[in-house]
Amino acid sequence: MNNAWITVLRRDLLLALRRRSDVATTLFFFLIVSSLFPLGIGPEPAVLSSIAPGVLWVAALLAGMLSLTRLFATDYVDGSLEQMILSPQPLAFLVTAKILAHWIVCGLPVVLLAPVIGLQYALPNDALLVLVLALLLGTPALSLIGAIGAALTLGVRGSGLLIALLVLPLYIPVLIFGAGAVAASQHGMSAQAHLSLLAACSLLSIVLAPMATAAALRISVE
Amino acid sequence: MHINWFKYSSPQTFYPLAGKMIPWFAWLAVVFAIAGLYIGFAIAPTDFQQGEAYRIIFLHVPAAWMSMVIYIVMAGWAALGLVLNARLSAMMAQALAPTGAIFTFIALVTGSLWGKPMWGTWWVWDARLTSELILLFLYLGFIALQSSIDDARRADRAGALLALVGVVNVPIIYFSVKWWNTLHQGSTISMGAAPKMVTTMLTGMLLMALAFWMYTIAVALMRVRCIILERERSAEWVKQLSGADL
Repeated sequence: MNNAWITVLRRDLLLALRRRSDVATTLFFFLIVSSLFPLGIGPEPAVLSSIAPGVLWVAALLAGMLSLTRLFATDYVDGSLEQMILSPQPLAFLVTAKILAHWIVCGLPVVLLAPVIGLQYALPNDALLVLVLALLLGTPALSLIGAIGAALTLGVRGSGLLIALLVLPLYIPVLIFGAGAVAASQHGMSAQAHLSLLAACSLLSIVLAPMATAAALRISVE
Repeated sequence: MHINWFKYSSPQTFYPLAGKMIPWFAWLAVVFAIAGLYIGFAIAPTDFQQGEAYRIIFLHVPAAWMSMVIYIVMAGWAALGLVLNARLSAMMAQALAPTGAIFTFIALVTGSLWGKPMWGTWWVWDARLTSELILLFLYLGFIALQSSIDDARRADRAGALLALVGVVNVPIIYFSVKWWNTLHQGSTISMGAAPKMVTTMLTGMLLMALAFWMYTIAVALMRVRCIILERERSAEWVKQLSGADL
């Protein structure tokens, strides 16, 4: 069972490595969206640092969402998804490998890039640290919840926009706690409560989202 | 005595039953609405703090109740359809969604109409307003997903799964919005300090809530009849029905 899981993970990572432009697109999107806000709002450091938590988190949400359509689409087209469903391993288990690969490819780079952009927004050092921690704890939940949306809209016309409509409302708690953690540390308060709630969101979605995703894939493929 | 519990779970037997029930619920809705509006607008006393403007609660509060109840009922039907693989349950879920979205919209609009004279602003990022707005997004997502899948059975099941995911998330979203709101206090005005309600006001509101319930049932049954006809158009009994009508 573990073998199959590792094989799926390695295969997805390898595929992402072969198509580097896909990964780069997500990252550039995050970079561009978060660079547009200062141009629209103005360069005052006080204003920028007060909007930074929200802007960076929304940019991270959108960047993660853009890449969701690719999560199952190619496997669906070339038939390997059907093989995964037919395989003796539980689908919910294999799906976690795919979601982890998606997070490593699309979530982790955003986490690593975020402090650099945070500097542009004049965030103080401890807020930067909290930002990285919050993204590290929260982005897995985004990939997990997003996978449900990706599985539901598989092969549906206009799936890109539909995913946004389905998934973004469900992202709201993560956005609130994630941006709240950074804002709390900016105001000299402890970010621990927010970070704990973010971790709770991620843990809850680790338990429930793979099962919902597997059920959605079965509905979409049959 | 043997009772066939699933007699009316078949679209063919449910279709005429729904047709018989619609007038009852529709008339009850009219009666309750007339009584509720009469009590609300003619009998209930003017509020000493809010003046006449408070009377919008006779529409606003029942609509907000219905918007939440319908989502839960919809998810219940969806779950039933998913578990028992019953077509009619999924059709009921599909029939309820537009009504739920409309009530959510009415609750939002009447709320902002009330907020303008009371709070001096059309919109406040109050926890209740925000979660009502998110509920509207959830309804729209459900409707959009169902309408963009051509295969009816797949649309049913995908929508059912989405409704269930939504139901799990609604409390999480509600509490996150509530906590977010208390952290950003200052601009918000609390609704908790409202004066105690007079019995006539409560009666009016409850009558309106009953009217909305009856309306919802009547409209959902009408819509489900349309859905049944559309989906079963190739079935023999529908052909006979249309032949008889013509």
